[in-house]
Amino acid sequence: MSKGLHVVQGKDQRPSSLTIRGLTVSYGADPAVFSVDLDVYPDTMTAIIGPNGAGKSTMLKAAMGIIPRLSGQIQVLSRPLEEQRSAIAYVPQRASIDWDFPATVQDVVMMGLYPKLGLLGRINANHKAQVTSALDRVGMLDFAKRQIGQLSGGQQQRVFLARALVQDAQVYLLDEPFAGVDAATEKAIITVLHDLRSTGKTVVVVHHDLATVIDYFDQVILINKSIIAAGPTQDVFTTENLQLAYGGRLAATQLDVVGL
Amino acid sequence: MMGQEFFVLSFPPLVIGIFASIACALPGNFLILRKQALIGDALSHVVLPGIVVAFVITGAITTWPMMLGALSAAFLAIALIQAVQRIGRIEQGAAMGVVFTTMFALGVLLLEMTDTSKVHLDVEHALYGSLESLIWIDSYGWQSLLSIEDLSYMPVELWRMVGVCSVIVIFVVLFWRPLTLISFDEGFARTQGMRTNVMSTLLIGLSALAAIAAFDAVGSIIVIAMFICPPATARLMTNSLERQVWLSLVIASVSTVIGYYLAAYGPLVVGFEESLSAAGMIATVSGVFLALAALFGSHRKSNS
Amino acid sequence: MLWQSLTLQLGYNATLVSFGVTLLGIAAGLAGTYLYLRKNSLVSDAISHATLPGLVIAFLVMVAFGGDGRLLVGLLTGATLSAALGLYCVSLLTRKTRLSQDAAIGAVLSTFFSFGVVLLTFIQALPIGHQAGLQNFLLGSTAGMLWNDAMVITGLALAVTLVLIVFRRPMRLVAFDASYAQALGYRVGAIDAVILGVTLTVTVIGMSVVGLILIVALLIIPTVAARFWSEKSDVIFTLSGIFGGASGYIGAALSGFAPNLPAGPIIVLVAFVIFVISFLLAPERGVLAATLRFWSFQTRVHLTQGLLALAQDRPIYEPKTRRLLQRSGYIRADGVATDDGREQAFKTLQNERRWSFWKQHLEGDVLSADTSMVHSLIDIESRLTADQIAEIDNALLNEATS
Repeated sequence: MSKGLHVVQGKDQRPSSLTIRGLTVSYGADPAVFSVDLDVYPDTMTAIIGPNGAGKSTMLKAAMGIIPRLSGQIQVLSRPLEEQRSAIAYVPQRASIDWDFPATVQDVVMMGLYPKLGLLGRINANHKAQVTSALDRVGMLDFAKRQIGQLSGGQQQRVFLARALVQDAQVYLLDEPFAGVDAATEKAIITVLHDLRSTGKTVVVVHHDLATVIDYFDQVILINKSIIAAGPTQDVFTTENLQLAYGGRLAATQLDVVGL
Repeated sequence: MMGQEFFVLSFPPLVIGIFASIACALPGNFLILRKQALIGDALSHVVLPGIVVAFVITGAITTWPMMLGALSAAFLAIALIQAVQRIGRIEQGAAMGVVFTTMFALGVLLLEMTDTSKVHLDVEHALYGSLESLIWIDSYGWQSLLSIEDLSYMPVELWRMVGVCSVIVIFVVLFWRPLTLISFDEGFARTQGMRTNVMSTLLIGLSALAAIAAFDAVGSIIVIAMFICPPATARLMTNSLERQVWLSLVIASVSTVIGYYLAAYGPLVVGFEESLSAAGMIATVSGVFLALAALFGSHRKSNS
Repeated sequence: MLWQSLTLQLGYNATLVSFGVTLLGIAAGLAGTYLYLRKNSLVSDAISHATLPGLVIAFLVMVAFGGDGRLLVGLLTGATLSAALGLYCVSLLTRKTRLSQDAAIGAVLSTFFSFGVVLLTFIQALPIGHQAGLQNFLLGSTAGMLWNDAMVITGLALAVTLVLIVFRRPMRLVAFDASYAQALGYRVGAIDAVILGVTLTVTVIGMSVVGLILIVALLIIPTVAARFWSEKSDVIFTLSGIFGGASGYIGAALSGFAPNLPAGPIIVLVAFVIFVISFLLAPERGVLAATLRFWSFQTRVHLTQGLLALAQDRPIYEPKTRRLLQRSGYIRADGVATDDGREQAFKTLQNERRWSFWKQHLEGDVLSADTSMVHSLIDIESRLTADQIAEIDNALLNEATS
């Protein structure tokens, strides 16, 4: 359990796009996330992995300022989070929303443009084109007029990714986007995320499927309340580190699946 | 029916009723989507202590101190509910239950301890209102609508209701997008840097304003019904938020008109002399509309 | 007089009323626990408002058959029937449509209540109307309570209390985890019906005492107050009954002392006082205790993070951490560690290293329940024996030299 500064370094020397210092989050007397120091750089695609209850989602939510932090500071592109809201987008884990809400797929994606539109700004052809293009990228264009409750779980997940896409952010945080989705959705999402990385964005994903880590991600953050290790996948995604993070909970057979 | 009698007796209550219904139904749409439908119920109960305290202080039934008292009580209630909910970690329904019943009890007790024999202030009045007594005594027919002098004899409740209703309409139009966001996905709104607490307090505050203005004119049972029944009815008939809101306003207005005439002339049809409570009838009709929508509404079923 | 009132020395009738109200409070407190646990507290609001049309119709029916119209049993029967119908509507709206429960409750309570009001204005227009006294049910009354009525109320409250105590286990199970209860072979539907049935009965009898709006208070406030004292549902259940009973008893006594004032609001305000005391002072979840715990915990987290940074020569970014370190005398105003600070920092890092080693190599030997804890905040010397620590230190020394 080293407590040093953890760095997820990209190919070039641009400044860190997500900086977390001394982050602790606690719901009760036991912190869910303790003393996290982390730098994530552009051009990377990072998996956050760790056992259940290790504070993966909590860390992401605290980094987005959705839940209060006990201590810690968050910077996005070297400026405080509060000034950089438009540079960071978040896709929640199977959003806890009312699926009967009177909104179509198109309406939901348009919500990603609300900060730019302001209170009364007119929705013009350009805005509509952005929504269409985002829906096209996630393969949901045919469903634009559907009410969101009429979609499958995977389709809903893609709509929320499209909403993040129209935000045109620099940093994308996704909370278990592959949990309980169909294969087509998983493929669509991973293609979009790789596209984002290749255009210089920063992508951070809470991930639960150890078997796909090596295929999907170039960087890994291993966490169990505190960060166990962080860095390039080949350095960090090792049997020793996994044992350290998961303890006895990770059986040898599981490690076989992972390919280690 | 469009003669002078209509303008003297029916025009003011109808217009006041319609504006009161719209003022409540409009924010009600968002309260329902946010699963805060019962805020309207809570607010209408805490109006009583506010008014009684204002009466105890001023010793008279005057409008502005009473409105102010009611508004303060409503904001105190909102603050207390939030405190019990957030600090005490109690679920919202129970927190509301603690606060509004206690404040209502306080109101009743204060009322009983105060000598109100000379004024018209009692619990029943607070509940039913007196829609029927709002008349436009100096109207000479539709041409009075064009006469500034005649209009000035319109019951003052009407202007107040029109004013409050306009404020609410402007608020909803202006903040349509933030209201949609906090109703649909509050977590996402927060990631956009929106002060969701401020927004939701504004929504509840405006609802309180609607409840109090409507309460003053038409009594609190209309308030509770209009916050919930028309938006809920509309919710069962469409999947578009915009259409839902428009529909709810139409349903609220139609309920008011039908309810008013049913209360005034319904008994006559069956040979009964006295008229029934208009406020009660209007609220009942809005409930009947909801029942119909629950049985036949095109979008009554849940997706999940 | 107050003392006499509290000790039931104000005569036979007053004593019976006090007894009945106390029992009502206990029953309401107990029944409210289940509503609260099912996150259903405001269902009671729908039930109580939905009684009104039944009450008025019962009156009309009794008059139509030449009766007095004020017979309590008849009125309560009408109230029960219409509240049951209201409850059924809430359940239908919630299950069969997309409306959520809060909207269903609000719709039913407002529609039923306003229909009741329409009927009331109808009665008032009748020649017999003004003697009906149905308004008493809005705010309740104990002062003019007849002997027979008091007996009816006391008897029903006693019966409900007994049912609640006898069925407390299955009810608690259903309230806590309905599907588990189902798996154990309990008939969840039937138990749910019993829960709602007792709530209905409490509401209807309570209505004649404290009024239909304020009975909701007795079903909610005692339980919420009890919630602050414990995390265990059986303790909450018992405490809620005690708080409800105490509210009824003290409230009835106080109103015996001031017979011109209605008992209902007084009882509710007594319950509220109990709530406020619990909210502020309860040791488990009370605000005072929770705030103090939070502050000390936050301080500990900041100090630990700061001391670890000091020990590893890392910069401390957070102003609050620096402030706390300085106040504890661990760093000087310019940020340089004091002797004391260096010593504490060393200890914190040592604690960290020991735990870290223990987690890697020895975990599972002891304290397996603690493995998910963040150990940095726990002094290892308080958890492991001196021998174990010596063993860890030895191993760490070997690791460092090799």
